[in-house]
Amino acid sequence: MRIAEGRRPPARILRSRPGGVVPILVILAALLVLLTIRQPDFLAPPSLMSFLGRSAPIILLAAGQYFVIVSGEFDLSVGSLVTAQVVVAARLIDSEPSRTWPVIGLLLAFGAAVGLVNGLVTTRLGVPSFITTLGMFLILVGAVYLWSDGAPKGGLTEEFRRFGRRAFEDVPLVGRVPYALLVLLAVAGLAVLLTRSDFGRNLLAVGGNPRTAELSGVRVWRAKTMAFVVSGLAAAVAAILIGGYSGVSFQAGAGLEFGAITAVVLGGVALGGGRGSVAGAMLGALTLETLFALMNFYGVSGALKSTAQGAIILLAVAVPSVRSSSR
Amino acid sequence: MSTALPLPAGRTAPGVFVALALTLAAGWLIVTIDGGRLFSQPTIVSLLHVAAGLGLVAVGQTLVIIGGSLDLSVAYVISLSTLVTAQTMAGSDGALLPAVSLTLAVSAAIGFLNGLLVTKARVNAFIATVGVGLLLKGFLDSGYDGPAGETAPALVRSLGYQRVGPVPVSFLLLLAVAGAAWFVLARTRFGHHLIAVGGDPEVARLSGVRNDRVLVTAHVLCALCAGLAGIYLASRLGSGAPRVGTEGLYDLESVAAVVLGGTALAGGRGGVAGTIGGVLLLASIDAIFNQLDVDAFFKQVIRGVIIVAAVAVYARRTLRKAAF
Repeated sequence: MRIAEGRRPPARILRSRPGGVVPILVILAALLVLLTIRQPDFLAPPSLMSFLGRSAPIILLAAGQYFVIVSGEFDLSVGSLVTAQVVVAARLIDSEPSRTWPVIGLLLAFGAAVGLVNGLVTTRLGVPSFITTLGMFLILVGAVYLWSDGAPKGGLTEEFRRFGRRAFEDVPLVGRVPYALLVLLAVAGLAVLLTRSDFGRNLLAVGGNPRTAELSGVRVWRAKTMAFVVSGLAAAVAAILIGGYSGVSFQAGAGLEFGAITAVVLGGVALGGGRGSVAGAMLGALTLETLFALMNFYGVSGALKSTAQGAIILLAVAVPSVRSSSR
Repeated sequence: MSTALPLPAGRTAPGVFVALALTLAAGWLIVTIDGGRLFSQPTIVSLLHVAAGLGLVAVGQTLVIIGGSLDLSVAYVISLSTLVTAQTMAGSDGALLPAVSLTLAVSAAIGFLNGLLVTKARVNAFIATVGVGLLLKGFLDSGYDGPAGETAPALVRSLGYQRVGPVPVSFLLLLAVAGAAWFVLARTRFGHHLIAVGGDPEVARLSGVRNDRVLVTAHVLCALCAGLAGIYLASRLGSGAPRVGTEGLYDLESVAAVVLGGTALAGGRGGVAGTIGGVLLLASIDAIFNQLDVDAFFKQVIRGVIIVAAVAVYARRTLRKAAF
């Protein structure tokens, strides 16, 4: 039911494809300038490095969400998945160092399994993804409260937490490099490789026009299900970093799903699928975090974050749709 | 997935009423074995109270979904409405009418915004209403930590707690609103246009329907229903509650009730009667769980499973194509 868009001639200066990363780089640069005016040493290596480390989880979630959104679906379960992972990790590890690695393996499997269920219910049972993943949200939050009787139990080991809060010290030039940043770079590399693979290309085709993709031999349901699995895995890695950085709580992942979706939209990825890049999505997340840092420095209440997200989503979607019809 | 298996031409699927009867029968049996009573007066009254709140939202949701749209901002509209109502009243009966009018005006304005975004800015309904919901969430989160304002005692006594036999006044209000919505859909030009727009927007447009105007009206009506639900909740709680809409899951549950009632998520098919059946079904499940003293968290898990499963059952039969 989507109507093909008559593409306008590109603007003269920014010869950006729709879904290109140029607009988001411009916004990011502008925000960074504003930020340095207010906080001159923000771009100095120590604060920049720790900012990037702190932003790693949301960037990972945006990368995962990219795969789902570009295939034409939504994953609203990632926030609750992060919460569930953190609480499960604390209870299973129970401050016992030897359990760290097995539990990390288990978390990744758990994330993949949740993604698999989301994907199969959406594709095989024909349930709209926002209902599937909101249902999963209820199930995960309810289950995790039920399992822990209303208060998180156990504890994380130092070995587990170091990914989220430790860093390589005394690196030449930059000082300290958070582990989280290295995890982020590794996953980002993987994500870019994934978008260049057959899977990534198929996914764009599926999001652009499922019917055409199906007729050209792409198994739409398999591609979409894989996208949900990737999102679940990204949430697992993000949960490991968040658990390390801010510890165990039922609020660990609250609202992250909307953060990730906002970031993806901001990065020029078309909701409804078919257009955009994973690099744009991750830059979108970085831009969103920069905006939140800016709001923080200017003394804006943190509670207004969701208003900012809502405004960004509406603007980012409404403005381009003057050019293309997506309804 | 895109193969259509259209329902017979009948207006509503009676399936939901069969499911309701079966659920009540099974629930009655289990509760009785457990040593409780499902059909005692207090249980029925509380069931109807739950149904009244959810039902008001779901009737509005039915209108937008029939039009091929969706409103996920209702939960925040409800929370906001309880606050506008209770704070304007500030405990005085004299401010009752101004407060109710103001609440409905605010709700209608939000619905109007939703409608404009969906039609004029051509934003996908899911995204548009989630975006508006986030705007409202930010306002609620930054402005309120807990209950605020005080509902007029007259409203608490009447809409909140008064009843005729076992039937609360609020449930009668729901029946009135549902009746009006049924009349609008079945007997008025706007109703027929709405169904046409939801069925096939292009055909409707070519037949001379002003799609945008129809959809904006549907969104305003939906938000008004959510506003009414907010007024009702304010009269139950005695004050404004900034999280009542989201914690009550009114967004997801209203969509679930509509789908359970046989209205197609893709639009163009369905009706209010089925929605009321869906609402009663969800409220009955809730009442049965309460009678069985099921753990609140376990209840939430089951709610999630039921909603997804219910939509899956109907999706297999009616899904033409996912809404996006």
